Amino acid sequence: MNTNYKITSYCHIKNSKVSLNGSVIFSEQLLDFPEFIKAAYKSQDTKYPKFFKMDNLSKLAFLAADILLKNENLNLEETNNIALVFSNKASSLDTDRSHQKAIQHKDNYFPSPAVFVYTLPNICLGEISIKYKLYTENSFFIFDHFNAKHLLTYTNSLLDTNKAESVLCGWVEFEGDHYEAFLYLVSNEGNIEHNKQNIITLYNT
Amino acid sequence: MEALKQELKENIIEQLNLEDMTAADISDDDMLFGDGLALDSIDALELIVMLDKNYGIKLTDPKEGRAIFESINTMAAYISEHRSK
Amino acid sequence: MNKGVAITGMGIISAIGNNVAENFQSLIESKKGISRISKIDTIHKNDIMVGEIDYTNSQLEQLLGLSPDNNFSRTGLLGTVAAKEAVAHAGINDINKYKTGLISATSVGGMDMTEKFYYQYLENNTNHKYIEGHHAGDSTQKIAEQLGIEKSLITTISTACSSAANAIMLGARLIKSGQLDRVIVGGSDCMSKFTINGFKTLMILSDTYNTPFDENRKGLNLGEAAAFLVLESDTVVKAENKTVIAYVKGYGNANDAFHQTASSDHGDGATLAMEKALQVAGYTANDIDYINAHGTATGNNDLSEGRAIIRVFGENVPEFSSTKAYTGHTLAAAGAIEAVYSILALQNNVIYPNLNYKTQMKEFNITPQLEFKEKTLKTVMSNSFGFGGNCSTVIFSKEQ
Repeated sequence: MNTNYKITSYCHIKNSKVSLNGSVIFSEQLLDFPEFIKAAYKSQDTKYPKFFKMDNLSKLAFLAADILLKNENLNLEETNNIALVFSNKASSLDTDRSHQKAIQHKDNYFPSPAVFVYTLPNICLGEISIKYKLYTENSFFIFDHFNAKHLLTYTNSLLDTNKAESVLCGWVEFEGDHYEAFLYLVSNEGNIEHNKQNIITLYNT
Repeated sequence: MEALKQELKENIIEQLNLEDMTAADISDDDMLFGDGLALDSIDALELIVMLDKNYGIKLTDPKEGRAIFESINTMAAYISEHRSK
Repeated sequence: MNKGVAITGMGIISAIGNNVAENFQSLIESKKGISRISKIDTIHKNDIMVGEIDYTNSQLEQLLGLSPDNNFSRTGLLGTVAAKEAVAHAGINDINKYKTGLISATSVGGMDMTEKFYYQYLENNTNHKYIEGHHAGDSTQKIAEQLGIEKSLITTISTACSSAANAIMLGARLIKSGQLDRVIVGGSDCMSKFTINGFKTLMILSDTYNTPFDENRKGLNLGEAAAFLVLESDTVVKAENKTVIAYVKGYGNANDAFHQTASSDHGDGATLAMEKALQVAGYTANDIDYINAHGTATGNNDLSEGRAIIRVFGENVPEFSSTKAYTGHTLAAAGAIEAVYSILALQNNVIYPNLNYKTQMKEFNITPQLEFKEKTLKTVMSNSFGFGGNCSTVIFSKEQ
């Protein structure tokens, strides 16, 4: 197994801050999540009206991915072979609750198709794939806690078997008031060794 | 009818999360799907829920929506004729 | 050519049977498991038809010998039944003799209990035990405990309706890369109001029997089911002198990059998934003897998938059929259900008829296999496509 892969770049969204490679690029206290993520999105100047239709988990994942992929200056006319391997604990629970509320009462029964379509965790992978034209392998895992070993093994396997040229992976969690995105890009380029210890260190940054 | 059209525009913007748009940005004969507002199939389903919730109109086949949701004009005409609330 | 990964056991429970033998019997007798819904009280009960499993939860608990204070969701119950059958079929007595993992797919998880007790939770604590069982990973943990799997890779995949196909793919990779000696892969999803109401809002539920690849198809029937395969390394197969029932020969996953739920008009993701799977198998399209299609009977899927099949197979499309008319669409479990059906097709050299078909689709001229057919099969391709554009294909073969 080739172990010379690098962590090319990484992005955090948590505690009212957005950071790229460890440097804060957006910070706004006092806002609840919907306001915060909207302000963060606007600060990035990504013109993509579909963003506003997404659920909270997709907004979180999309923005973190957008910041990383924008930084790569991809040519969207070409095929970009970037696989997506995401994970979290709460799956799509936040949106599941909204859908559940809408179907609970017979006398006020108006479930929303636009809500239901987000009641799966992997829809955020679809949103990123649509924006960046990624026709690549993608998977979503549910773990009790951040699982660096699994992400490492899966990513190395995709790269070793030439299933992808790079892999965007990490953890996107949205549950109640808590939100946390940690995404990182793995490829042959970069200065940080792609190993379990470094993934854990960056995750905890 | 004008009041209904205004109401529809406001509801569409709200329901479909059309950020940074105001009712004044939508003309009565703008295409809602395709080149106009570029709404998609999920938006069409949301509009079907809106017809039910706000006007008591139940569509059973999403294909029926195509002609009804062509523009604000066609929507307003259909609702005036079929509304039960 | 890449070597396939050995399959040494399988288990299943679905609307057409409680084990592998019953499922096969129903398949060859064209016996559907679709009916009006009886176990869930939904306002849609007169508008929909579903693929329900006969057993009640208490019958399943009894079958599994669970104590009355258990907090299994129906997803966990069904999954355990199928996984136990698979392990028994593989002749495994000591599951921890080799490094054994479990990868289970689900989209419903413990939603069935949550929706039943949602308001009661606030009033009294009678059913609070089910709160712990809500999350998607819980059914996987419970299946692992029931199988006695200790300290190994136990994970849940949730990529909508391609989940179980992705579980098979991940399992095959873990065996190939030597991370595990043995892995039980599959999925489980039970019926819930949550999914019934959700699919209803998308207006893709048929009010009658679903009719895959028919011009006048009206949508899908939801189904509940669970199925698992046992994959083992060549070393284990040799050491234990195992009978191999088939091989996981190829697999591929691609994103359709088109829409949250709808498939692209020409099946871009589906085409790529099939091509990748052929590539991993070292096959060309001509090597495929039968396609078990995703074929959900929605207007969108069957058109998109049919076009993708034509893109991959050109003029030489092999026999294909969808078994959704038998079982309904079993969501995250579908890839595992149809893996079992694909292996049974290989073992018995049969192709199942695509039931309920009447009228040729006008957009293309390929027609599914309509009659039960005997044909020597060496390979079967199985497709599973999920919301979020997640498209997967697995190829099963007789020879490694």
